[in-house]
Amino acid sequence: MGKLFAVVVTVIALVSAAIFAFHVWWLPPDISTHGVRIDRQMNETMVVAGALFVLGQLALAGFVWRFSAGERGAPRPVKSFPGGPTPLVVLATVLVGIEILVLTFVGSKVWADVYQTPPAPGALQIEVLGEQFAFYFRYAGADGKFGAMHPEMMNDATENFFGLDPANDTTARDDIVVGSLVIPINQPVVLEMHAKDVNHSFYVPELRIQQDFVPGLVIPLHFTATTPGKYELVCTQLCGLGHYNMRAFVEVKTQPDFAQWLKEKAAAL
Amino acid sequence: MIARVVAGLVVLAVGGSAAGGGPPHRAPPSGTISGKVTYTGTLPKLRQIDMSKEPNCVTQHPTPVMTQDAVTGPANSVRYVVVYISAGDQGAPAATDTVHYDQKGCLYIPHVAAMQVHQPLAIFNDDPHSHNIHPLARVNAEWNKSQPKGAPPIRTSWDQPEFIPVKCNVHPWMHGYFVVLATPHSAVTDSTGEFSLAGLPPGKYTVTAWHERFGTQNQEVTIGGSETKTANFVLTARPY
Repeated sequence: MGKLFAVVVTVIALVSAAIFAFHVWWLPPDISTHGVRIDRQMNETMVVAGALFVLGQLALAGFVWRFSAGERGAPRPVKSFPGGPTPLVVLATVLVGIEILVLTFVGSKVWADVYQTPPAPGALQIEVLGEQFAFYFRYAGADGKFGAMHPEMMNDATENFFGLDPANDTTARDDIVVGSLVIPINQPVVLEMHAKDVNHSFYVPELRIQQDFVPGLVIPLHFTATTPGKYELVCTQLCGLGHYNMRAFVEVKTQPDFAQWLKEKAAAL
Repeated sequence: MIARVVAGLVVLAVGGSAAGGGPPHRAPPSGTISGKVTYTGTLPKLRQIDMSKEPNCVTQHPTPVMTQDAVTGPANSVRYVVVYISAGDQGAPAATDTVHYDQKGCLYIPHVAAMQVHQPLAIFNDDPHSHNIHPLARVNAEWNKSQPKGAPPIRTSWDQPEFIPVKCNVHPWMHGYFVVLATPHSAVTDSTGEFSLAGLPPGKYTVTAWHERFGTQNQEVTIGGSETKTANFVLTARPY
């Protein structure tokens, strides 16, 4: 029985490692300028963590094989680690701690480069509202200014998701509000993220971006997309009953297509 | 009068007893109030509903769908106005027919449904995906139910008069009203803005017209017998 367990552990470890090593279920192709670094970091993490995982599982299987009770009687006696279990636990904790710290320091540099740098000057500014259970996006319109948000005026029935006051606020009248995030390729984009009710998350795997919305905070997020196409944006924070259906699409268009789209939306106001 | 005598003779002549032999049955006098709801002023600009998160619904609408909070028709007529008797009811029998409320193409059909307290209400999902129906009741008990595709209708009713906004949490643009009234005499204006309240015994009534954006108006109407009285309403529209 012990030997069977050793074989099963070995098979599970090798098969699951192979699934990662051969990218059987892997991320979709990256469409962002910063994604290369995220992917490299992801690969490094997977290699280090994967090597330790495989080694650990093989060691486990080896010990189980060697010290399991055979058909002929009692299991082999197990020698204790020199000095007892304490040095063993300390050694393991230090080794794993070093690994995690290294990954954290290397990874945080990549993370900071993506999240903690200012957006490029002239980046396209888009406001995002996460609410139970949809995303809405706002463009400043011809005047380049966003109308102020008045939470008490938010009204889904009149499509006033951002709580604009066009009666008194002229800058709000030309704001374009849509249910899909439409962006041009090769132009830096800054999202200003607002949550209307609870925490939500903005996750577009192709953009290699996942960022929470937090009520009461305006969270900036910037990136540049490189490949036209239609991608799915999903909420990855359990936000309530309809969380499963909280999604939108990201449409990355060429610059002329984007300009045309923006013109059509402005004309429809 | 002559016609009635002739009819009586005919009945006698054929020897029938269609009238039952007794005095002829007379229906109690029943009046009707009908009219049209129009607006003055500047309409708010309707916005196109963006259904892009639900591709099923996008394909169901070949033409753009606009918000339904200020739907108007020819000659300034206003649709989805609830016209009802707010005072003067004389113990009319309760409405027992079931009010149907559909979810189709990510819209509520009808946008506004009027019903009496305790009148059966059936809510259907005709879309190939889930909806979540959430009447934002304050006086009645609020509830919020999911209705997957193919699920049986939700059958319910309301205990208290109330204007209840209805929303779908997973499709925020979906918005409608359950208008729950004490009276069985109510109508929702059609695309021509017209309405008709029938079966009213003689008496003095207050007729109220309610619109979600244009507010409420009242008129006093007296029904003297089997007659039709006209009550037109002119609501004031504002651009914002």
